[in-house]
Amino acid sequence: MLAFVVRRLLATVPVLAMVAVFVFLMLRLTPGDPAAVIAGDNAMPDQVEAIRQKLGLDEPIVTQFFIWIGKALQGDFGESFFFKKTVAELIAQRIEPTVALAIVTLLLSVAIAVPLGVIAAYRQDSWVDRTVMAFSVMGFSVPVFVIGYLLIYVFAIQLGVLPVQGYRPIGQGLWPFFERLILPSFTLSVVFVALIARITRASMLEVMNEDYIRTARAKGLPERTVLLRHGLRNAAVPIVTVIGIGLAVLIGGVVVTESVYGIPGLGRLTIDAVLGRDYPTIQAVILLFSFAYVLINLAIDLIYVLLDPRIRY
Amino acid sequence: MSAEARIEVDFAASAAAQVKRPSAIGRMLRHRSVIIGGVILIVMLLIALTAPLLGTMDPARIDPTMRNKVPGTEVSLRQDDGSRLVRTAWLGTDSLGRDVYSRVLYGTRVSLIVGLSVAAISVSIGLLIGLIAGYIRWVDAVVMRVMDGLMAIPGILLAIALVSLWGAGLGTVIIAIVVPEVPRVVRLVRSVVLTIREEPYVEAAISVGTPLPLILVRHIMPNTVAPLIVQGTFICASAILVEAILSFLGIGIPTEIPTWGNIMAEGRTVFRVYPHNILYPGIFLSLTVLAINIMGDGMRDTLDPRMSKRV
Repeated sequence: MLAFVVRRLLATVPVLAMVAVFVFLMLRLTPGDPAAVIAGDNAMPDQVEAIRQKLGLDEPIVTQFFIWIGKALQGDFGESFFFKKTVAELIAQRIEPTVALAIVTLLLSVAIAVPLGVIAAYRQDSWVDRTVMAFSVMGFSVPVFVIGYLLIYVFAIQLGVLPVQGYRPIGQGLWPFFERLILPSFTLSVVFVALIARITRASMLEVMNEDYIRTARAKGLPERTVLLRHGLRNAAVPIVTVIGIGLAVLIGGVVVTESVYGIPGLGRLTIDAVLGRDYPTIQAVILLFSFAYVLINLAIDLIYVLLDPRIRY
Repeated sequence: MSAEARIEVDFAASAAAQVKRPSAIGRMLRHRSVIIGGVILIVMLLIALTAPLLGTMDPARIDPTMRNKVPGTEVSLRQDDGSRLVRTAWLGTDSLGRDVYSRVLYGTRVSLIVGLSVAAISVSIGLLIGLIAGYIRWVDAVVMRVMDGLMAIPGILLAIALVSLWGAGLGTVIIAIVVPEVPRVVRLVRSVVLTIREEPYVEAAISVGTPLPLILVRHIMPNTVAPLIVQGTFICASAILVEAILSFLGIGIPTEIPTWGNIMAEGRTVFRVYPHNILYPGIFLSLTVLAINIMGDGMRDTLDPRMSKRV
């Protein structure tokens, strides 16, 4: 087990290193002097020179990479000349809304999708199953922002029951916080629900054909127990795997959802940074999201053992 | 089982496969979701091709007197010769007085161009890299590390980053969407190559001295066609979505070109009062992507039954 954990951790290193190289090269592949690009259009020559010194731009490119990644790993992504702050400060300010949105969405999606998938598999080929599957294909096809605006139109504008836009930190009261997250997280959960429900159904269908399910039924266990304890528990590994892989979709959706609902999170920051050509911030956000994605999937790999004791490494 | 008997069975199986091959395509074309998706797509394609003939006007024509008209309003246009032409704006006008109906119809072109080119380019590049990586061990080690790194960056973020580097434009948007898709194609092709390279007929080809490029193209590549058709379909759908998202966020195709994403981006500010600017392009966009997705599902069911069982 320990050997597996070590091996798995070591296997993540080259992936993270590749990501870092890509993000680093991003700025070097832009036409022009990186120092001038970072300093922005209104920079003074001495500012550009200061950045050149700090990034070590006179050194060979390999040295430059190590200077950059060394600072980044200590949380120093340089300064955003567009926002007039350090990138680390910017990210620290923007991280709470994004994490809140992601967690609420994740919980909501699992709470909706897993039961849907289980019922669809249990009543295979019934109208319930067909509806769930049709919803799933729709969920992959209707873009996040169209769903977002539909929900805003119905619930915020026509019915007026929920706020149109905005975000309140959790420190300012629980209800104002949740009230503003309901529509965004429903919006974002649609594609995730589609993904998880599909896998849950497929995984359950496979498991329900196993001998031990017939045994469980034969010994007279209530159907509920058969489905949940014997069925779902054994179907869990592919479901958890797809949740991990689906985080990439979720991160993409966060960028769009935050823009639609005016949530001041990392996704919104990404777009503002792109529009302001603020490369240090773009680099930092992409590095952060990708590392989070890789590390969460690593964690999922490691918790398989808890889900399914049969798995031995 | 004796060796002869096994050869007999193998022969029968491959004969069956020979007979089944054309019928797989036939079954695919008769699959209900392939038909439904295909018909919707053909309609979209026809709309894209014949947009100027469908009662549209210049989608970029600005008319300050006709701003924000609700669908069905009669609008009158001043012609070049001074006379006025009265027509109905079926889908209303946007906040610059441009005709939404014309813009949505012309927007079909951009979406289909992006979807088809991204699918074609990423499948071709991925096929080439995947064939080589799957067959040559040392290339494999290097290429797959690079692909793993690329796949670790969430696709839309990578596309956003690339667009921010290269600037907005149809070409850059297409390439920016291609880059995150390539590793997925490479993985698929590589996995097929890894299983096929052990097949007896590949061994036979090697033993009679067939050069490597010929082995790859003639003996291995045909096995990748079916999964690549399916994969390409899903790439096409996702590319259309990503293009719309980039344009909607204001970092994709330049705003003067009518695309569904741009029309919706433009409609954001007046959305509370005039939701039609987001509604109609949204319907077209969702319908197109839905058509491609259900077509892909149908193709997967018929071309690759093993895959359909898994998902």
